[in-house]
Amino acid sequence: MTPISKIISQRVALGALTLWIVSLIVFAGVQFLPGDVATELLGQSATPEAVAALRKSMGLDIPLYLRYFDWLGSILRGNFGTALANGRDIAELIKPRLFNTLFLAVSAAVISVPLALLGGIVAALYRNTFIDRAINVVTLASISVPEFFVAYILILVLAVHAGILPSLSDVDSETSVLGRLTAIALPSLTLAVVVLAHMMRMTRTSIINLLGNQYIETARLKGLPEWRVLVRHALPNALAPIATVIVLNLAYLITGVVVVEVVFVYPGLGQLIVDSVQKRDVPVVQACSLIFAATYVLLNLTADILSIIANPRLMHPK
Amino acid sequence: MNNQIVRKQQLSRKVVYLNVQGEAPVGDTRSEDEWVGKPDTLLNIRNLRIEAAVHPPGESPMNAILVHDVSLTLKRGRVLGLIGESGAGKSTIGLASMGYGRGGVKITGGEVILKGRDILKVGADGMRKLRGREVCYVAQSAAAAFNPAHRLMDQVVEAALLHGMATRTEAEKRAIALFKKLGLPDPENIGKRFPHQVSGGQLQRVMTAMALCSEPDLIVFDEPTTALDVTTQIDVLAAIRDAIRDTGVAALYITHDLAVVAQVADEIMVLRNGKLVERGMTQQIINQPHEQYTRALVSVHHIDHVQKDCGTEPVLSVKGVTAGYGDGAIKVLRDVSLDLYPGQTLAVVGESGSGKSTLARVITGLLPPLAGSIQFDGRDLSRRLAERSREDLRQLQMIYQTADVAMNPRQTVATIIGRPLEFYFGIRGAERNHRVAELLDKIEMGKSFAERYPAELSGGQKQRVCIARALAAKPKLMICDEVTSALDPLVANGILKLLLQLQKEEGVSFLFITHDLATVKSIADSISVMYRGQVVRYGPKGQVLAPPFDPYTDLLLSSVPEMEVGWLDKAIRSRRMESAGN
Repeated sequence: MTPISKIISQRVALGALTLWIVSLIVFAGVQFLPGDVATELLGQSATPEAVAALRKSMGLDIPLYLRYFDWLGSILRGNFGTALANGRDIAELIKPRLFNTLFLAVSAAVISVPLALLGGIVAALYRNTFIDRAINVVTLASISVPEFFVAYILILVLAVHAGILPSLSDVDSETSVLGRLTAIALPSLTLAVVVLAHMMRMTRTSIINLLGNQYIETARLKGLPEWRVLVRHALPNALAPIATVIVLNLAYLITGVVVVEVVFVYPGLGQLIVDSVQKRDVPVVQACSLIFAATYVLLNLTADILSIIANPRLMHPK
Repeated sequence: MNNQIVRKQQLSRKVVYLNVQGEAPVGDTRSEDEWVGKPDTLLNIRNLRIEAAVHPPGESPMNAILVHDVSLTLKRGRVLGLIGESGAGKSTIGLASMGYGRGGVKITGGEVILKGRDILKVGADGMRKLRGREVCYVAQSAAAAFNPAHRLMDQVVEAALLHGMATRTEAEKRAIALFKKLGLPDPENIGKRFPHQVSGGQLQRVMTAMALCSEPDLIVFDEPTTALDVTTQIDVLAAIRDAIRDTGVAALYITHDLAVVAQVADEIMVLRNGKLVERGMTQQIINQPHEQYTRALVSVHHIDHVQKDCGTEPVLSVKGVTAGYGDGAIKVLRDVSLDLYPGQTLAVVGESGSGKSTLARVITGLLPPLAGSIQFDGRDLSRRLAERSREDLRQLQMIYQTADVAMNPRQTVATIIGRPLEFYFGIRGAERNHRVAELLDKIEMGKSFAERYPAELSGGQKQRVCIARALAAKPKLMICDEVTSALDPLVANGILKLLLQLQKEEGVSFLFITHDLATVKSIADSISVMYRGQVVRYGPKGQVLAPPFDPYTDLLLSSVPEMEVGWLDKAIRSRRMESAGN
């Protein structure tokens, strides 16, 4: 086995282990919430007998560990069960929501990642000048302001005053791609502003950290212009930390969008999980939590693999 | 009137450039106009002054002058050696010839005239156009100077492509020809490798090829062989010298090692503290140095040390030690046996990776051996540091290569030296201060240093403090791991003399680990030559350094540059064994 495939399979195994632990926590955590669906459905005045009967019919009286394996097994087969609140199939319930969330995340990433890289390189190129400071102040400000505030400012400017973009992102399965893009313009802008700063600052710092290296001096003594020194000689060596930050932010774009989805009334996964928690719809909450966890694990795995690919010592062993 | 004078100066300079005159002068005693700018003059540095902003501890930032008023000329195709200790300004001058200053270094005066124009006045764009095209740079550590993210070939041809000197195919063809000329293995394909896939000596050759690839007029070699093992250095040195000769490129060759520069340079400039000490033809500098300082540099390794006879009972006896890392998967030492007698010095000599420092780690208990035993003073020493008594720890002290990191930067010299006194002997207060002062006298520094911090000491002084700290424990054995390697030759010499003096006074034994055979010759009573984890030769100094030699010791001994013009040719001719792995 080559060192790389060994490292990668180790990471994959670790990721699977993490997911399994998460499944335990998700399952156990929901069990420990006060009350359960039966009491919720029947209300405060229900008789204990009625509650017990409902629990039995819903399978809530089976021992915990058996219910866990049952649940895990069916999830592994792609069966998330049915929502308690309305009896719909959870997989069917989640599918369009997950698509919406991913669509929003991808469009935010498409805006923010190139901008972050470019801004980071420009800030590093003009380090300690006015341009660098200006970029610094703007990014710091955007990182410090809560995302709902950014959202309302954008609505105020672009929807209310300029009137060019809709303030509500109501989409359904009938909406065309163009319609979708218009609808999510504001939320994806909001998200882009929120994640941009972190990625941009990391790009700048990673590049500047490398400038003390001797190979940078070698590049300068070859007569390379400074932007080429940064892009060709510093950036490739800074890829690992930059990739890690970008991927972490992508994960945030998927799992941290609850507030933005609520502000723009966007039918994504975040809204679904909030609604389901209110309704104590345990299977839906569990399914959403697992999807969020899997996203994190998968994206972190991607970051690890990207770091390995960016390291020539691992890609091209002696 | 002022205008007239300026005009006159400009005119005279112009005339001078067209004027062909005799031999290049030595030194700068004659007026500028006599020797400046013959048509074959490539580089002409006049009254160069270089400053840097420094931040001394506890003081306000100030400007330090790194180079004072240095002038030099270099003709096409000639090699000028710049020699001096650290802080002499050699590298600074070398980089100034490319208009480059490291960190906060600024060229504040003088002219750097390359091919007839002052490059300090051509502006940033003009400077970029000449860097990598007219002047190229070869750094000390090619391992650090190559970008780990790109293949060698891409880096070698980069400057030639950037400056539009060749198409990619042409440049690669030229690079492969240069790889061949520099004696690199598999010249057709070595460019496809990444820097980490190539050994240090090979990388240094690739870097030379990189400098030659854009066919520059001048190459600045900045200590190109200093970081290499001695048996590798000789090959790289020969390759560099032949490449310079064959291509006719001019070179500034910067080094602290006079014996090395004597093999390469036509002329030598000796620098000290940023000032010119002496300039002359290589023969003259080596054989008849005028200045006191140059004489000291030439004779630096002449310490008279008479080998002492072995005693009867060894103080340290290493028996059949095998040791390694990673559960013994990688064996670094194999069946090593040595004896060290009281009051004597055993030099352990070998190249990087030979296991010298691992041996020190085994003896100190930091790395328990897989097999074998260590006897100290007639009894077995525990294999693990944690199992050794405080008395054992006291008897066996260690001095390291980098004194900088072996001391707590926030403790004063008195605290550092006083610590073993408190720890081993419980001496405190006035008595401790008294003993610290005594120790400071012993290392020839005096008690005025007691309240200083390590950052306020020079490199040699730091190493002396480390010696005093080891001495404070009154050890029987001191392990010296490359203690002079990071120091300038003259300073290192002072440390060696001090160690010999202390040995005479205190009767302490030294296990002296080094890669430098000259140091070995001046300090050892017995020698152990190590190669790939094994002792290949061991015995009293006279015996080890006298023929018949085993092949490795022969290679090692014949690779040490001698202070003699033409040594390199002789050595290359008489070498019997191929350099290991390079």
